[in-house]
Parts: sequence; C-alpha cells; structure tokens
Amino acid sequence: MELIIDPLISEVPKSKVKNPSRSLKTHIIVEKLNLFIQGNHILRDINMSIPDKSITCIIGPSGCGKTTLLRAFNRLHDDSVDVKITGKLFVDGEDIYAKDTEVTHIRKKMGLLAQRPCPLPMSILENVVYGPRIHGVRGKRKLYEIARNQLLAVGLWNEVKDRLKSPASRLSLGQQQRLCLARGLAVEPEIILGDEATSALDPISSKTIEELFLSIKEKYTVVLVTHTLRQAKRIADYVAFMYLGELVEFGTSDQIFNHPKHQLTREYISGGFS
Amino acid sequence: MKRLEELFFKCLMIGSTVVLLSVLLYILFVVIEKGLPSLSWEMISQIPGGGFYLGKEGGILNAIIGSLYLIFFSVIISLMISVPVVMYLNFTLRRKSRFAAFARLTFDVLFGIPSIVYGAFGFTVMIFFGLQASLLGGIIAVSMLIIPVMIRSIDEVAVLISPDLVEATKSLGATNYETLKVIIRQLLPGISTAVLLSIGRGIGDAATVLFTAGYTDSIPTSLTQPTATLPLAIFFQLSSPIDEVQNRAYSAALVLTIIILILSFSARYFSRRLSKNKI
Repeated sequence: MELIIDPLISEVPKSKVKNPSRSLKTHIIVEKLNLFIQGNHILRDINMSIPDKSITCIIGPSGCGKTTLLRAFNRLHDDSVDVKITGKLFVDGEDIYAKDTEVTHIRKKMGLLAQRPCPLPMSILENVVYGPRIHGVRGKRKLYEIARNQLLAVGLWNEVKDRLKSPASRLSLGQQQRLCLARGLAVEPEIILGDEATSALDPISSKTIEELFLSIKEKYTVVLVTHTLRQAKRIADYVAFMYLGELVEFGTSDQIFNHPKHQLTREYISGGFS
Repeated sequence: MKRLEELFFKCLMIGSTVVLLSVLLYILFVVIEKGLPSLSWEMISQIPGGGFYLGKEGGILNAIIGSLYLIFFSVIISLMISVPVVMYLNFTLRRKSRFAAFARLTFDVLFGIPSIVYGAFGFTVMIFFGLQASLLGGIIAVSMLIIPVMIRSIDEVAVLISPDLVEATKSLGATNYETLKVIIRQLLPGISTAVLLSIGRGIGDAATVLFTAGYTDSIPTSLTQPTATLPLAIFFQLSSPIDEVQNRAYSAALVLTIIILILSFSARYFSRRLSKNKI
C-alpha cells in the first residue's frame, strides 16, 4: 500500500508562535521537529500545539514515534548518543532546545509516568519528597505535608499512611504507579507526560489511573501516549494520530473519532491496521 | 530413564556440596584443634616478647592490629577508586562502548594476576621512590590487589540497574550528580558484598605484604613504619622447627578466621539492612 500523507492540519499560525502565552491556551508548541536516531529519520516535520489544561492522547501503531516524541518534550534524548534533533519545541513560550535553557528546569515542569512504575530505592515517603528535596525544599514538617497532599491527590494516602517508612518496592504495581504520579506531582509541574502509563497494570488499577488523569486535568496539561484506542476515546480531549514518524491528524476527540478527515486515520480507528 | 537422570544429577549436586562442606569443616577442625590449646588471652593481647619465636612469652597483637590497619585503609582507598570507575563504565559511557568492554577485560586480567606479582610490582615501585617496607607500601599493594575484585563485583550489580531508574530520577529534574546518588543507594547491597569479598581476599594474603609491608614485632604508629600481618605471622611461625611455635601459627590462623567470620557476618547484616529499600 502506498501512503500519501497530506500537509498537516495542525499548523500553528506564525504570529502565535512568536509570543505564545497562556491566554492562547496552548501549552506546548512543536515546530518543524525532526529527530534522527543513528541517521534514521524517526520524527518527520512534526507541527502541533497542545492545549492547556486538557488531556491530549497521542495514538498510532507501534513504531510510529509516539514515545520518541513524548520523550523529546522532556529532553530525555539528551543523554543518548546518535540522536539529532532539529526544529523547535516551546513550553510556555520558552524554546526548550535553546542553548541556554537548563535541562533540569525543563524537566521540573513536567512529570513523567513511565510504562512500568519505577519507584526510587527509598521509602514511600522519601519517594514523594525526593523531587521537592532536590529542588531545595527543607523542613521535615513541610516535606511531610507535601507527601500527604500528593498521596491524597492520587488516592494512596489511606492505603499507605501507616507505612510511610516502608520500602516503596513493597507496594503493588498499581500502587507504585500512583506513587510515581504523586512523586511527579510533588515537584509542582505544569505538564504530566504519560508513556503508556497503564499498560503494565491490571484493569482496576488502570481505571484508577485514568480517573486520576481526568481529575488532574483541571490543573495540569496531560499528554499521554497510548496503545489502546478505547482509552483515548474515554479520556482524551484532543487526539494526535501519528503514522511512520509523521503527525497525520490532530484534533479534538470528537473530530478524530467521529469525523476523521484523513483516510489513514479512518482506517486506524476502525481497526484496519494496528 | 528420565528418573535415573534426575536421580543422578540430584546425587551429583548433593555429593559435591557435601564434599565441599566437609573439606571446609575439616580445615576449620584442624585449625581449631591445633590452634585452640595455644590460644590464650596473652596471645591476642601482647606483642611478641624476646624469644617469642623460640616458644617463650608474648603474643601476636602486632600482627592482628597490622592486618586490621592494612585492610581498613586498603578497603577505603579501593572504594574511593572503584565506585567512580563503575559509575563511569555504566552510566557515563554507552552501554555497548568499546572502551568499557576493553576496561572490563583489563579488570578481569588484573583479577587473575597472582598476588605475589602485585607484591613484587609494589616492591619495585617502592624502590623507585626510595621507600622502605612500610604500612603505606602494604596498603598500596593490597589496594592494587583488591581494586579489580571490587570493580568487577560492583560492576556486576551495576549493569543490572534499569535505565528506567535513571530516567525516573532525571525526569524529576535531578542533575547527573543527584542521579548518581540515587544509583549508589540502589547499589549499596552490591557494594557491601564487594567489600566483603575484598576483605576476604586482602586480609588473608601473604604474598602481597611480604615485600611491601615487611614484618616487625611492634605495632606501627605511622604510615612509614613496617607492620606485621597475620598471614606472615602464620607463615613465619609455621616454618619454625619448634612445636610450640608451630601450634601458635595455628592459633594465629584461628584468629584470622575468626576476624574474617566476624567481618562477613557484619557485612551480611548491613547488606540485608541496606537492601531493604532496593527495588
């Protein structure tokens, strides 16, 4: 099958890129992003603007570059050799790939939820307060308050309040993922990135995580990579469909799932290929 | 047929375990049987008096203290070198870096070099710098002996650390240095095993310290003085024709064994406590 991909639908007007601000309700702007790994062209000319305080799901078949794109938001490619990135990526109007942008400052703005939960080798309490602590928050009571609030926010407090000092690794996978979310929220980010954050979890735990995403989108911009179309349908406000490293279509959940403009999108969401 | 096969391998496993254990127990038995009668408070609380090597009064406190000094400082120096090396190999270089592979091969070769070679090498270096046999020389030689042991055993745990942990830490905005601190926490049980192995290899080795640390009847008070060590105390006394002195060699061996046992049990205890938070 020969694939012809049309010019992108989600182009950002130039005037907005120069001075994007919160009032425009776009939080992340991707401009002509190209990414090469060992000379292979993985992301091709991605242009998109991700709206503020909503859930954006990136969907697409395996190997289409969803995760690579998500990791680019967080500059997690920095440590990999043989990765070359061109183009621009603005968060709050700040080009995160500009030379004088500090990487820790960028990462502090985003919480990342990986596919498999990865607690740090510390106690439950220390896990949550690790982020605030490295960013300079001191004082036992203050840190405890932070931990309590974040654990309450992810609905873990009642389950762990009596064993805050016990190792985080003793929690169940679902609890660990919620702990990781609490840990991410504790650094007071603006954006939550999720890389198939529910795929390693049992149905009940993934439902809890999904509900959490829905509840935090009032305050945060949530960007999720997901394999399950049903999940995207359930929780997404906006959907980006990627195929072979290109962004094929970007729109509201209703646009993508009910009135897709592009042939490829139509085929993908009707299960034509995966 | 299958059942015979199962039975054969089961017997083989049990057999080899029993053989190993009985050899170990026999060694312990000989050391205790010959060493215990001449082991006295005097033996471990006094330095050799005049005529000690002819079977008269005195003890081996000089060698006990010497060995402890030597292994303590060597382990500290080796840790200070090994941990950064392992961090560099695993977390700064790429996973499949050629340099890392070459470095690992080198450490494997160093691991296999007989201790007398380290002793001889240390000795030539000391001659070059005009140093005499001393505690310092011994510490340097023993460190060289145990650094490869340490690096390889920490490295084996470090390669198992998942890149997810590094990413999870970095995505919270941690700097490289802060990330390394988290990794070290995860590595602590491995590091304590490495220390245990190195102590075992370093404290019982006679050949490295033969030329480098020398031997003396007094307890060293500075790094430049020679020092006695337990393996050499055993060696010198065992080569004596006098029975009583020979028995003292066994009691020195018993002391050395007890020291190693105490150190391993405490290392195991700490390792268990440290691995509490391991993921």
